[in-house]
Amino acid sequence: MIEIRGLEKYFGTLQVLKGIDLTVPKGEVLSIVGASGSGKSTLLYCINALEEIQAGSVSVDGTDVHAKSTDINALRQKLGMVFQQWNSFPHLTALENVALSPRIVKGKTKAEARDIAATRLEHVGLGDKLNVYPNALSGGQQQRLAIARALAMEPEYMLFDEATSALDPELVGEVLDTMRLLAEEGMTMICVTHEMSFARDVSDRVAFFHQGVIEEINTPDKIFGAPKSEHLQKFLANVR
Amino acid sequence: MEPTISFFSGLQISDIWYLIEAAWRTVMISALAISIGTVLGVIFGWILYEGRWAAALTLGPFLDVFRSVPLIIQLVLFYNFAPIIGLNLDPFFSGVVILAIYCASLVANVARGGMEAVSKSMRRAARSLGMSYWQDLRYVVLPIGGRAVFPSWVGVALGVMKDSALVSVLGYIELLKASQILITRTQEPLLILTIAGAFYFALSYPISRYAASIEKRWAS
Repeated sequence: MIEIRGLEKYFGTLQVLKGIDLTVPKGEVLSIVGASGSGKSTLLYCINALEEIQAGSVSVDGTDVHAKSTDINALRQKLGMVFQQWNSFPHLTALENVALSPRIVKGKTKAEARDIAATRLEHVGLGDKLNVYPNALSGGQQQRLAIARALAMEPEYMLFDEATSALDPELVGEVLDTMRLLAEEGMTMICVTHEMSFARDVSDRVAFFHQGVIEEINTPDKIFGAPKSEHLQKFLANVR
Repeated sequence: MEPTISFFSGLQISDIWYLIEAAWRTVMISALAISIGTVLGVIFGWILYEGRWAAALTLGPFLDVFRSVPLIIQLVLFYNFAPIIGLNLDPFFSGVVILAIYCASLVANVARGGMEAVSKSMRRAARSLGMSYWQDLRYVVLPIGGRAVFPSWVGVALGVMKDSALVSVLGYIELLKASQILITRTQEPLLILTIAGAFYFALSYPISRYAASIEKRWAS
């Protein structure tokens, strides 16, 4: 379970998160929607401590993420993350991209790591691209590679930061399909997304961010069918 | 009949061997200086990259001095003043020390550029997989940044190899010094300098070809 209490985050004097309270139980798929600059992505970065926080707390399965005593490298293995930029390691093949962290972080042997990597790439539909370098892959394939790479660490949670925003429109579908597959398999997921159809169809709950606060959080039916907040109504009118 | 004394004699086969030996000494001093300079330069580059203003105020000016003062002045100053602080280095080691620091001062900025070429997002992706700071540096930043600035590094390395000719002013007999000695004896500067130039070319060209082939392999 991910528990966020009173989270505040500043960049200099600019406050981007103004007291976030959010609990994500195991098995839930939560989508976060909202205008750009509303603090959605920053929240994800605070969950796996890629950003420091100024007030409040984040805990993952009871471990305080931002405590000095926390082994953050161990904790991050529980929290897979996929970024807007695919960030494939350009000097490694698809297989090596995925096998790298199981080997150096988890201490798997080379053979074990390669097996894990091959299985994960198969899983995301890249079984025929094992020995291909990222620059020979399309954006959608590279993003699926990034998903496989995160999954290879056997995370219990997956954080998606606008995973499809940088993709050409015709490539969005294959990445969303992979995310759907994960959701069906019961992965706990927090997805910052601009894909309203994904948020509506796949999520258990949808959170609407507005200027650093969660203005409304509810089931997709309620969020899309009966939005209460004026900002959310405006937002939905604009994205439709 | 008075015997004639000949002060000058023509170029002989043994002289070519002499030049080859001298070329080998150029290779030795260059390889040593470039190796040490590159390792130091990467460390300095990392300090400049990571240390921000504290490093910029201390290491930065130090490296600027070595980058800006002509190498020949550095060599002569170091060779003549090192003994004052108790360092009695022969011309070879004096040359290695100065060439290595000079090389490091150039590589430092190349290395920093390489590290800056790796996006913050890429590094976050590495860290999000559970990699420590050092694993990120070793497995992500150095290989990716290294490839980005490899051509610049090759340029620095070839430059240092050619600049090693200046160590001849300390009396170390490398290619240029050997050529001067032969010129004095044979009085054939044109021929011998052409041969020496060809030696430098023969040393540089394979390196730049090899570097180009590595770049091509990385690009595919």
